[in-house]
Amino acid sequence: MTNGFDEAINDIDVAPGDEHADGGGVAQRVVGYLTGLGLAILLTATSFFVAGTDLVWQPSIPVALVVLAIAQMGVHLVFFLHITTGPDNTNNVLALAFGVLIVILLMGGSLWIMANLNHNMMPMDQIMQMQR
Amino acid sequence: MSTVALTEAHQGAAAGREWNGPAPKRIVTGYGFWIFILSDMIMFATFFATYAVLVGQTAGGPTGHDLFDLRNVAIETAFLLASSFTCGLASIAADVRSKNWFQLAMAVTCVLGLGFLTLEGQEFASLVARGAGPTRSAFLSAFFTLVGCHGLHVSAGTLWLLTMMAQVFTKGFRPDIQRRILCFALFWHALDIIWIAVFTIVYLLGSAK
Repeated sequence: MTNGFDEAINDIDVAPGDEHADGGGVAQRVVGYLTGLGLAILLTATSFFVAGTDLVWQPSIPVALVVLAIAQMGVHLVFFLHITTGPDNTNNVLALAFGVLIVILLMGGSLWIMANLNHNMMPMDQIMQMQR
Repeated sequence: MSTVALTEAHQGAAAGREWNGPAPKRIVTGYGFWIFILSDMIMFATFFATYAVLVGQTAGGPTGHDLFDLRNVAIETAFLLASSFTCGLASIAADVRSKNWFQLAMAVTCVLGLGFLTLEGQEFASLVARGAGPTRSAFLSAFFTLVGCHGLHVSAGTLWLLTMMAQVFTKGFRPDIQRRILCFALFWHALDIIWIAVFTIVYLLGSAK
């Protein structure tokens, strides 16, 4: 185990944030963080470029930005938080999957319900007139 | 232990499911903190949902397009991203028990975090000075709540960072200190992930309109 803890030697699981036993030496781990940093810079720069450019079909920009953001979150999870698909990470990934499910339900549900309410509500000036 | 239990344990091992005893404390602590971070992300999701619902309710006041300075946001993003990287270097230094490299990497992380907080503070002050404070419209209330909550997290993280530097300085790389460093690194990287959502949803999408 690269982190050098006797207490953390366990072939079944790995703590979230820890790299797996075959993670390699210091140089290899630094290269891992550098790779993550490079990919993150690339994706961030693309996001800022896409947001300000006229070269892209305008209605596609919000979708492109969201896709780039999700990709960058994935890069951070893999290279900085070391969440992998390995068998020693099953618990960490399952917890993350449940968190993502709740986040999607919460945001998607709120936007859906509020858009419906907004659509079905009488315009505010008419409500004001009825109250008079 | 009774003979029956021993035999059962032996059979379990033979079946390929070896029982190694309870998980090491580092895994238990890290996993518990991982659950906290996910709950924190759910809290941020409620703020994001609130912001997304209220983003159009400007009450005749300024919109994001009028207010946001993308250059400032790009520098803030660069600060946080670089600090995430140096925080990773501090994790490696802690794992190989190199005190000097750990303190150096953490100090750089701290400076970058403070730089981020300074820029955000300046942005908030300039918004309030231009009459676009949190009381101006529902949009600005939601904006200050969401971005301010992230800023509060970064402030708390910076305090925690300084605490870890002091603890490593006085107590060294004890196992309990190492677990705190693990949790701090999780927290700091998670803040950077939330910032990705902030600069995309609030600033880039907000200034596009």
